[in-house]
Amino acid sequence: MTTYTDEQVAHLTEGSLDWETTFRMLSMPKDHSRFEQYLKALQAKVPFKERIVLPLGPHLYIVQNAAKQWVTQCDCGHVFGDYRENWKLNAAVYVRDTEEAMTEVYPRLMAPDTQWQVYREYYCPSCGAMHDVEAPTPWYPVIHDFEPDIEAFYRDWLGLPIPEKAA
Amino acid sequence: MKMSNKEIGFADLLKNGQTLKQFRDGIIERTNATGHYNGQTTLAFRDSDPIGYEKLFSKLRGGLVHARETAKKIAASPIVEQEGELCFTLYNAVGDCVLTSTGIIIHVGTMGAAIKYMIENNWEANPGINPGDMFTNNDCSIGNVHPCDIATIVPIFWEGRLIGWVGGVTHVIDTGAVTPGSMSTGQTQRFGDGYMITCRKTGINDEPLRDWLHESQRSVRTPKYWILDERTRIAGCHMIRDLVEEVIRADGIEAYEKFAYEVIEEGRRGLQSRIKAMTLPGKYRKVSFVDVPYKHDDVQVSNAFAKLDSIMHSPCEMTIKPDGKWRLDFEGASRWGWHTFNAHQVAFTSGIWVMMCQTLVPTQRINDGAYFATEFRLPKGTWCNPDDRRTGHAYAWHFLVSGWAALWRGLSQSYFSRGFLEEVNAGNANTSNWLQGGGINQDGEIHAVNSFEASSCGTGACAIKDGLNHAAAIWNPEGDMGDIEIWEMAEPLLYLGRNVKANSGGYGKYRGGCGFETLRMVWNAQDWTMFFMGNGFMNSDWGMMGGYPSATGYRFEAHKTGLEQRIAIGDSLPLGGDLDPDNPDYERHIDATASVKRDKQCITTEDCYANHDLYLNYLRGGPGFGDPIDRDPKAIENDLNQTFLLPEYAQKVYGAVFTQDAKGVFTVDAAKTQARRAEIRKERLARALPTREWMKEERERIVNKHAAVQVKHMFATSFALSEKFTQQFKDFWSLPADWQLLESELGVPSYGATHRMDLSLLPDVTTVVQVEE
Repeated sequence: MTTYTDEQVAHLTEGSLDWETTFRMLSMPKDHSRFEQYLKALQAKVPFKERIVLPLGPHLYIVQNAAKQWVTQCDCGHVFGDYRENWKLNAAVYVRDTEEAMTEVYPRLMAPDTQWQVYREYYCPSCGAMHDVEAPTPWYPVIHDFEPDIEAFYRDWLGLPIPEKAA
Repeated sequence: MKMSNKEIGFADLLKNGQTLKQFRDGIIERTNATGHYNGQTTLAFRDSDPIGYEKLFSKLRGGLVHARETAKKIAASPIVEQEGELCFTLYNAVGDCVLTSTGIIIHVGTMGAAIKYMIENNWEANPGINPGDMFTNNDCSIGNVHPCDIATIVPIFWEGRLIGWVGGVTHVIDTGAVTPGSMSTGQTQRFGDGYMITCRKTGINDEPLRDWLHESQRSVRTPKYWILDERTRIAGCHMIRDLVEEVIRADGIEAYEKFAYEVIEEGRRGLQSRIKAMTLPGKYRKVSFVDVPYKHDDVQVSNAFAKLDSIMHSPCEMTIKPDGKWRLDFEGASRWGWHTFNAHQVAFTSGIWVMMCQTLVPTQRINDGAYFATEFRLPKGTWCNPDDRRTGHAYAWHFLVSGWAALWRGLSQSYFSRGFLEEVNAGNANTSNWLQGGGINQDGEIHAVNSFEASSCGTGACAIKDGLNHAAAIWNPEGDMGDIEIWEMAEPLLYLGRNVKANSGGYGKYRGGCGFETLRMVWNAQDWTMFFMGNGFMNSDWGMMGGYPSATGYRFEAHKTGLEQRIAIGDSLPLGGDLDPDNPDYERHIDATASVKRDKQCITTEDCYANHDLYLNYLRGGPGFGDPIDRDPKAIENDLNQTFLLPEYAQKVYGAVFTQDAKGVFTVDAAKTQARRAEIRKERLARALPTREWMKEERERIVNKHAAVQVKHMFATSFALSEKFTQQFKDFWSLPADWQLLESELGVPSYGATHRMDLSLLPDVTTVVQVEE
């Protein structure tokens, strides 16, 4: 089994890992310890103290807060609510649903027609980070993208203790 | 008096007293009872003789790849010879895939479906299955992706006993459809999709039959390419049959047959262990769409009922279970339509492996084991499992690529959360435009063209790097745009430009790969036609985690250009890329009186082109990853200096502050960019609403049924097929219990909405169902 150093995994999370090692990561069987090393690298990087339970995006995490609740949190510290909820419902949204708004981001002929498709940009209400861009038709429900089975992942797949979770 | 085996149609091909169907039923029963393929709870051969097992694997897999590489040199079609649009697959006696070659391995399942169709419909009695036989299939209603994928299937016998099959498939240039090119748009039903062959016996004693040779060649526009493609397939199949015989002579029939079943169970286990090693259990929900804009005057079809704008809808719920199995559920998908973008269930279930071998299972051990490790739910009546025998399939890929892209995004979420950032792919390009057409070519012959430059679109961004420019297509792992010189030999179209398409990759911390564009001028043709095929009003894939989708498509064509005269007098010519379509330059180098079409109508039907007319073939980019204002200023600078990005969008989207020197070189100021990005964050929040506030406004629009008809049509067809989707929609928006949206209230043609007839209702037909419907 190929393994990597904590420093290499930290470089990976920064996007600064050398290509030779990156290529090895791509072509060799996956390293079982990656998740723990990844959490360690991210925990050292984030400005908040809460324990990361699962990374969701470049600036978005499920964390264990001081009250041992699992919540979705931006790396600026903004909390989007219980980890089982769709965090987008507690975000700020800007919908590009006019030609004027759409041509801010693409030339007119290279942008969708808003009679067919709109872009919904979900921002952190505190720091303005853009966590997601949905591209659905008008009327489409806000997608609840991901409901991880964290307990099965920690316990059954990785053999790790599950972080404490308040009821 | 007892009837003879011949009289009851029992050929005893297996020499075990069972028909092929009885034998297959036994395998299915044992698989269902144990959860292991053919009841193999242990891998006896592999465990007792691992070296011998691996030797067999290597010999067979090596032989399959070798046969493909050798056979493709027989083909003259650039689609096969340049792009590698072929594949060879080895099956066991019941048509389950043992191993496959490289190439378009979507056909692992499609040719298997054809073999199973022959088994279920008693081909062994009539027309009979004998050593030296050849069967040909391209029937989309029994599992083929689209009619241009022609499969030759050869049974393999050992000492008079059927022990397996080998299949070879090539993507031919033309199928004799209503319009030329292999994936045409003019037809709306199967009956216009071209020459359709249903597991027909087309050869005996290793020789193609003369009636088949005569009939098939005159049924298509490109007989030369057709016959050489057929020889390619036959040569490959026979090489592989010889290889199997050689292996049996060396290792024994017992070892071969054990291998041919055990390796499928190994493949099943292999997928489960890959899922556990790379992903994360849970539910993932993604959705994708694509536009079908048929109302436009430039879409000329033979049926009034097909003249409407519609949207194909593919919601996907992917459940990864704690035991490593997964379930892919497409509940809520929209209904099939009167166009050529429908897909058979097998095109879907088999097809995803051509994608998965580029991400989850990048191994040589692709076989039907992966199918047995996956639960598919494709509701009957949807675009991915039609319930009517009239459906057209010529360009099933128009939406298959998008439907699958949702899976890739789901997997990428799991890779990201687990820390395998190197595997993340934000999604895929809509692999278009498809330049197609035909007429009399530069050699004075009736001809058809189907440019495969689309096999090199931009790839999605990764979580640690940009997507690749003009590099790949989801349906062909080889990714090769082909040489200009070869395309100019195959098509009467000269290149006036072949450039990276600026702004085509989706923005992000890491941007999607850019596509490319080629400007083609008609040259030395007569009665020439062409048409466009791709996405225009919509994007078929999304960005990821703050990244934007790629740019959409558009079309440019020009007629009465005056280029003949301009070339004669040495005047300026339209050359290179269409850098900024909002400020077009080509028009400055053609006659002011030229007829130009520049719009988002990216699906058209056959239209006439004279010599010196122009056609822009724009191949799409891939989606982006992460918030664009996290992008490294140096990367933006590089994109500006390589013309991958227009300056206006470097400012607006990336917040880049830059200067340009007298030589045109851009320099991005990192400090000023950082300051500008802080302002962008504030501007975002100033224009945004809390999501729940915005939802109140959107709910009002839904209650009042305020949306374009194509949007309402899409929802109405999904609602009609799925109570669950309807209820989820109504619950989400807190709609009144009596709120409903019916197709009949939209004022658009609804032919086929109520009355349909499935192929399974034809007499004497047993269809093979391989998914939960």
